[in-house]
Amino acid sequence: MTLSPRLRKWLLYAGVAAVVAYCLAPFYWMLVSSLRRTSDIFDNSLFPTRISFENYLAVLDPSAAFTRALLNSVVVAGITTLLALILATFTAYAMARLEFRLKRLVLTLIIATSMFPVVSIMVPLLKMFVDMGWINTYQAMIVPSMSFTLPLAVWNLTAFFRQMPRELEHAAMVDGCTRGQAFRKVIIPLAAPGIFTTAIITFIAAWNEFLIALSMTNKPEMQTAPVAISKFSGATQFETPFGSQMAAGVLVTIPLVIMVLLFQRRIVAGLTAGAAK
Amino acid sequence: MVMTQNSPARPRAAASFAPPRRRRRRATSGSARLAALLVSPTLLVLTVVVLYPTIVALKDSLFGTPGLDPKTGFVRDTDPFVGAENYTAIFGDAADRFWNAFWNTTFLTFTTVALETVIGVAMALIMHRAFQGRALVRASILVPWAIPTAVSGLLWRWIFNSDGIANTLTGQHVLWTTEGFHAQVAVIIADVWKTAPFIGLLVLAGLQVINKEVYEAARMDGASPLRQFWHITLPLVKPALMVAVLFRTLDALRMFDLPYILIGAQKTSVETLSMLAQDEAANVRFGPAAAYAVILFLYVFLIALAFVRLLGANVVGDDESGPKRGRWLPRRRTEVAA
Repeated sequence: MTLSPRLRKWLLYAGVAAVVAYCLAPFYWMLVSSLRRTSDIFDNSLFPTRISFENYLAVLDPSAAFTRALLNSVVVAGITTLLALILATFTAYAMARLEFRLKRLVLTLIIATSMFPVVSIMVPLLKMFVDMGWINTYQAMIVPSMSFTLPLAVWNLTAFFRQMPRELEHAAMVDGCTRGQAFRKVIIPLAAPGIFTTAIITFIAAWNEFLIALSMTNKPEMQTAPVAISKFSGATQFETPFGSQMAAGVLVTIPLVIMVLLFQRRIVAGLTAGAAK
Repeated sequence: MVMTQNSPARPRAAASFAPPRRRRRRATSGSARLAALLVSPTLLVLTVVVLYPTIVALKDSLFGTPGLDPKTGFVRDTDPFVGAENYTAIFGDAADRFWNAFWNTTFLTFTTVALETVIGVAMALIMHRAFQGRALVRASILVPWAIPTAVSGLLWRWIFNSDGIANTLTGQHVLWTTEGFHAQVAVIIADVWKTAPFIGLLVLAGLQVINKEVYEAARMDGASPLRQFWHITLPLVKPALMVAVLFRTLDALRMFDLPYILIGAQKTSVETLSMLAQDEAANVRFGPAAAYAVILFLYVFLIALAFVRLLGANVVGDDESGPKRGRWLPRRRTEVAA
């Protein structure tokens, strides 16, 4: 099992290349397909023979209602993230810093809810929202989304707060801050990177939600982007507009990919914060 | 509000440094009150959006659908009480569809999680060794994770199209997205692609906290790389791996988006319990839908319990796993301060 250092190095490069190709090849295929003309969509060459933006123009055409779906997604995912972050910041601080009875039980319960099958709460909520006339409203999508975004945010933020040295608050409190002031003036500014990371992870989770958005809406103008693209259909029943679907897929994914590229270090730290203890 | 409630905290803080016993106890009760104040909004929201619907689902599952009353011949507006009928139906009228969905869910969960674990661990081992291009690898590994499952479903439907790239590359003419075993294969491939990198990330984090000296000692003793992996790496990375596998398993058990978009609704080969419950609810048969939702919930709960009890997955990750945290702290601290 002794390999020469040179061979080892090349094997490692090959391994890295394989991992990158595994992750990016399907995404690259979506991008390439979205740039093809409708006439050569079934052309399986690695590069588009002629780059065309006709698919993007078709998707962004006002009559397609896809821009409205993107806006709906921004509203639903944005409000969900904001609400979850506000609640989770306070709770996570208590979990990381304060001593109280049943703390472990409470934290376990909160984390357990994030593993809950969404369909189990969606069925009764759908019935309730039908009675309340909440179908095709933003709140019908935001409220159930809290069930998985809030535990996710609490879990992430608790891990971040735990990593901050306790001496920070002690110093502030010795200097005359109350616990509340120490929290507001010392902890929150220093935890800003953690809160920001949690915001990204929570936003991505809310943005990608499908089951709730599918069940709670039946009007096209209230659908979120993932639901809207799943319902794209061609002029006839037998023609699937693959080009437009890929273009829409790229548009829904690009904001997330840019966020991931910019903040990859932080996101990885946030995702693994709880697991690698 | 939080701030004013705790305003006389200065002497309290001093007390925690030089503690006369009585004052310290008072400080603890004060922090308990503060904790209750900080935690209760979250618990309230989770009660409203998770606990209450679960109880309602239990109740709903005991009611049938409105329609013609067989006894009176009148049309009912309200849901009739049917007792355990929705549950007994899974051994009678609805048996075929329910058990099919149940086995699909179990089969897809088992195969996807097994494949993801193997590929994820392999990815983590490669990433752990790679020093050049680490940023590139980390960025690319986050791409499948960030892509919405709905989009990945569409993307793979295009790849698995009859004239698509999958058939071109393999030289086959499989109609992947039609009913049959190949539809399950398509779902498995698409799911593994999206989630194996996530396991890779969590395992990599576990690998990074292993002390290098352990490997040096093993090498001195003449342990082969394979033995090192089996007897050092795997046991030490087990806690991180357990959490990753638990999360993936529970997530796979509620699989919905991917088969729904990649193959379609009401397809026997890939219909999962989530899809079955959603389909019933969308067709206003709330009683049976609630019964399926309750069964899925119990199934997920039992599997989670088995993980925590039998395999000792520590999800909460609190102070009990102490010694490793020390090594994480200094690095993280600089990151937070930066």
